[in-house]
Amino acid sequence: MKHKKDGKGGFITTTFNSMLGWGRKFSLFQYPFITACCGMEYMSVACAHYDLDRFGMGWTRFTPRQADMLLVVGTITHKEAPVLKTVYDQMTEPKWVVAFGACAVSGGIYDNYAVVQGIDRIIPVDVYIPGCPPRPETIINALIKLQEKIQKEGHEWRFQKRKS
Amino acid sequence: MAISKEKVLEDLKQKFSDNILEITAQFGDDIICIKKEALLDIVNFLREEPYAFTMLLDLTCVDYMGEEERFEMVYHLFSLSNKLRLRFKTRLSEDDCKIDSLTPIFKNANWLEREAYDMFGVHFEGHPYLRRLFMYDGFEGHPLRKDYPLHKHQPKIPLRK
Repeated sequence: MKHKKDGKGGFITTTFNSMLGWGRKFSLFQYPFITACCGMEYMSVACAHYDLDRFGMGWTRFTPRQADMLLVVGTITHKEAPVLKTVYDQMTEPKWVVAFGACAVSGGIYDNYAVVQGIDRIIPVDVYIPGCPPRPETIINALIKLQEKIQKEGHEWRFQKRKS
Repeated sequence: MAISKEKVLEDLKQKFSDNILEITAQFGDDIICIKKEALLDIVNFLREEPYAFTMLLDLTCVDYMGEEERFEMVYHLFSLSNKLRLRFKTRLSEDDCKIDSLTPIFKNANWLEREAYDMFGVHFEGHPYLRRLFMYDGFEGHPLRKDYPLHKHQPKIPLRK
């Protein structure tokens, strides 16, 4: 099927995009990059009490090559930044990044020589979750927002590589 | 037979009277200010029986910027058999920022001294492997010194924006 941009492709293409988004948003494989205390909140969200599996995000993959969503949970230092960048680069398209907690969003309380002031200084971020640490409900809300984003997203990335 | 704190201090005063500057106490822990040349002798002396201060609890540094002898090294010793604690302090000037390493006496001094070197730039003479512990290779300066700029970052990879 020849791809055209959204809105110009007529019925079949837009429906196909919508179907792709629907499939993708309910099969988010996550890679938790846990470095600090926010990991405790992540565990309670991912396990049975709050149960992310209800939203189609149950699979935790411990290799970035199998993951769609990178959860950066905790403080990222300058020493660790190259590791995070490598993990991000290893993930296959399409990929999304969630900055989880105040430290990942902005450096949090650590405004000093060692800490990266927000992971968006290293990698692009889709959803920011504030809080120190964020409540599980906040996280679920943010991930539902991410699902909405994925649903609306075009899928040009599939065809961009062919051009180059 | 456990030895008392008073006895330890008295023996120290007798043996190292030239090298002890001051003995004070705070919150029940005794503080002994010494000259830095005598550090190894005093620690070696206390490590033997009957004092048996065989455990180095902590070793760190304080930066008093603006004072003539800028850095203060702090050593915490603990005697397991006598249940006694002692704290040693000694001053270093910025130009002569060197002190004897405790690694021949206490093995855990190795990483503690590497930390003090990393954060304050104190050189430990006789240390087997004095390399940065926390910060990465290529990091310039010593971040816990008071004259290190507050918002200075030295990223390893180029930042976005």
